[in-house]
Amino acid sequence: MRDLISLHVNGQRYELAVLPHHTLLEVLREDMGLSGTKHGCELGECGACTVLVDGVPVLSCLTLPIEVQNSEITTIEGLEKNGKLHPLQETFAELGAAQCGYCTPGILLAGAALLREHPHPTREQMKEALTGNLCRCTGYTKIYEAVDAASERLHATGGVS
Amino acid sequence: MTIRERVDRSIERDTSRSYKYVGAPLPQVDAYAKVTGRAIYADDIILPRMLYGRLLRSPHPHARIVSIETSRALALPGVLAVITGEDLPQRFGILPSSQDEYALAIDKVRYVGDPVAAVAAVEPDMLDEAIKLIQVEYEILPALMTIDEALEHPEVKINDEARIGNIHKAVSYEFGDMEAGFAEADYVREDWFFYEGNNHAPMEEHACVANWEPNPHDPCGGKLTLWSSTQTPHYVHRELSKVMGLPQSHVRVIAPHVGGGFGGKSDPFSHEMCAAALSRRTGRPVKITCTREEVFLTHRGRHPVKMWIKTGVKKDGTLSAMHFRSFLDGGAYGSYGIATTYYTGALQTVTYKLPCYKFEGMRLFTNKPPCGPKRGHGTTQPRYAVEVHLDKIAHDLGFDPLELRRRNLIESYTRTVNGLRITSCALGECLDAVAERSDWNESRAHPTLGADVSGQSPIDLPNDPKIGNASAASMKRGLGLAASSYICGAGKPIYWNDLPHSAVQIRLDRGGGITVYCGATDIGQGSTSMLAYIVAEELGVPPDHIHVETADTTLTPVDLGSYSSRVTFMAGNAAIAAARKLKGQLFELASEQLHVPVENLAAAECLIYDENDPGVALPYVKAVQLTEARYGALVAAGSYAPPEDMHGDYKGAGVGPSPAYSYSVCVAQVAVDIETGELVVEKLWLAHDIGQSINPLLVAGQVEGGAYMGFGEATMEQQVFRKGRHKIPSLLDYKLPTTLDTPEIETILIEIPDHEGPFGGKEAGQGPLNPVIPAIANAVFDAVGVRIDETPITPDKVLKALRAELPGARSTQRPQVEPIEVPSPWPTRLITWQPDKVTPSAKDGI
Repeated sequence: MRDLISLHVNGQRYELAVLPHHTLLEVLREDMGLSGTKHGCELGECGACTVLVDGVPVLSCLTLPIEVQNSEITTIEGLEKNGKLHPLQETFAELGAAQCGYCTPGILLAGAALLREHPHPTREQMKEALTGNLCRCTGYTKIYEAVDAASERLHATGGVS
Repeated sequence: MTIRERVDRSIERDTSRSYKYVGAPLPQVDAYAKVTGRAIYADDIILPRMLYGRLLRSPHPHARIVSIETSRALALPGVLAVITGEDLPQRFGILPSSQDEYALAIDKVRYVGDPVAAVAAVEPDMLDEAIKLIQVEYEILPALMTIDEALEHPEVKINDEARIGNIHKAVSYEFGDMEAGFAEADYVREDWFFYEGNNHAPMEEHACVANWEPNPHDPCGGKLTLWSSTQTPHYVHRELSKVMGLPQSHVRVIAPHVGGGFGGKSDPFSHEMCAAALSRRTGRPVKITCTREEVFLTHRGRHPVKMWIKTGVKKDGTLSAMHFRSFLDGGAYGSYGIATTYYTGALQTVTYKLPCYKFEGMRLFTNKPPCGPKRGHGTTQPRYAVEVHLDKIAHDLGFDPLELRRRNLIESYTRTVNGLRITSCALGECLDAVAERSDWNESRAHPTLGADVSGQSPIDLPNDPKIGNASAASMKRGLGLAASSYICGAGKPIYWNDLPHSAVQIRLDRGGGITVYCGATDIGQGSTSMLAYIVAEELGVPPDHIHVETADTTLTPVDLGSYSSRVTFMAGNAAIAAARKLKGQLFELASEQLHVPVENLAAAECLIYDENDPGVALPYVKAVQLTEARYGALVAAGSYAPPEDMHGDYKGAGVGPSPAYSYSVCVAQVAVDIETGELVVEKLWLAHDIGQSINPLLVAGQVEGGAYMGFGEATMEQQVFRKGRHKIPSLLDYKLPTTLDTPEIETILIEIPDHEGPFGGKEAGQGPLNPVIPAIANAVFDAVGVRIDETPITPDKVLKALRAELPGARSTQRPQVEPIEVPSPWPTRLITWQPDKVTPSAKDGI
């Protein structure tokens, strides 16, 4: 039996009929077509399914939609605003921080939350913030460089998005 | 610092070559699709009426299937099909010589996870129950879980492919005069090593969608399309056609974006065959997505290998002879294992000069998930053994480990003792660069036991070490070094043929667009981008005008796949060949229009112009239109096959040859806690001989990723089993490095162009991993004076070794690796070969 719920995702409110035991990850991907959110374990181990709930990174594979009906959910599709990319998206592309790109949506969202909290994060703060997001391609080096570059870019444009 | 400045800092170039796009730090052509969530991976595909499938897998490591009862599962509402082994009875396998897999087990299961049945249902939620309702009766057989058990119990036959007992493949080679080589030696050392198996753990779990489209007028009944997260759509195409009983013309395999592979998506897999069969059975698309546990069970990861090595050295430090034996734990099926077995022996000669070399290898079947190729395929394990062994020799003889290696480096444009053709080689330059950056000579001024991390002089080991919190005083720092080499593409294809290894088609549109078609499969390494940059450079058109269509067996010409670090070298050269044909046509018309001889023309910035007078120019689009008006549609193809004269003329010489080899040197700096055994890798310096970076940003990314993965294998990753089962098939329990673990990685790219590489380029995808593991092991010895002769180097092993060193410990140098009683005679015919049978003039024809 499906339950009717309401979710606020990427600035829009949606009325959805979902299976109550389905995770936010399943609802985003299967019911809402937001396939930018990835999965690598379905057990909260890899970070690929990270989304923002009220600006805080959470693992959508461990979240039930019913818990977050009153929250603002941001997925990778919502990180760009009106066709304009978040500086992290720009610098990840420019600096080769996305190789296969599979962990990238989760890392970008965790990174965006980090930059809101620490506009100029130290390397240690980056490592702490991203330690729940596994990446098998990059060795994380280019990810740190891209976060640094995005931080500079945000500072130069005077905005924290 | 700009991106260009950051990149330039990491490159050492021999000349000032100037290319417009080649060598520039451009974003991947699909980077924006990836950073915005638009990139479509196999599991993202949803087709109308699509069903979901899952495999039932064996719970036993070794058992006979007595019966399978599927009717209860089939009766479940929403379940539309259940298939078992008899529905797909055709055997398959990646190698023609190892056709030992069934899509679903027939008669027997050989490891926990061996697929037995498959179901398709309307909703994913129905699959669990459907799987549970399939009743399988098993007769349990004894399970063999290690190399030693497989050798001890030939009467327990795991796989009929094994000719003797459980020996899947045995090889034996002798090159040069071994007796003379060891007679010349002033010092001989023998060691045993064990390299533990590990999984690729790509972030994307394997997934596929199969879509059968029936056509009653077609004698085959219809056509099949499979989207799969694969590195080798061409090989999947061949094997899927075979298993489905369809001509290859009726099967289309497409690799969408692939979320990492590292070798783990290089085989044709049961879930692909089953999705296809379930789609044909139901007439509806079927998606199968593996869970993370299934990825660990599907495996095809690093073979566990026991190795014995004996080397003769002269007083001056030059190597006089090497005898190497490898015992591979292959798991239950063949996969790439025959090639892996050869690879454990083939490349020892490519890094250091060996006047004679003997190699004996064997692969054993065990009741575990099949092993296969992982980044560095079969060369990573022996590289660890050889480099730690050489480090021991250097220590025994009082040589600086760097100096010992320098005295033995292979030279460019030579032949190895096993007949391999060496072309460009910047190994010496890599050694120099990495020594300088890591301050090797300064730091090695006080050899043996390392300084503590506060920089004070070395202190003695405590008398009674006990596990406790690490403190600065108990942390010892050390440096270790290792070198390696890797192929730029396998010189021979997996199935014997004379066909090109890679082909590229290019179509020029009269509106200025360019479409490049190539079977090459981008698994994150950037091969799609590489094709765009190379065509852009040749035709003088920016990459954003170029559309690259890849990895689709219907649309794109064959590229053998993303394995053996072959794509840049082979598809890159094919792209150059195709682009040059079109450029020839465009220049012919431009020459007529501009009244400039063809040889004076150049292409850049969407112009074809006179190099001597750049103002005399024809817009690229105009040239295309004039050429199309004269010749018709502008399409050209180029292809690449490696040269012939790259190897000796003995049986088995087909594994190891490559059109070029890359070289890497790593220095690792570690800190080891003598109280807890904790190992902290603080920094890795990695110099890589890349020939020419097609894109230094992507090359550095490959080097860093390889270093990261090597670090994981050296310190924590292990595929281990308990009571026949994978002990830790999850990303929580299978330890792999997070941001907090991963050391700083400093990359140095050495650019000395290879004569045959595209713009001089060589590989970067695999080679840089290899030296990292032994460099870390050697650094541990430098720090605390103990050798860890097996991977991963975990705190318990370090602590145990430290305790064995203490005064009063029962034995001081207890061997860590239990030697294998070597079968005598080695169970295969010895092949001897003398290098003088090949003309030594490798430079000919270059």
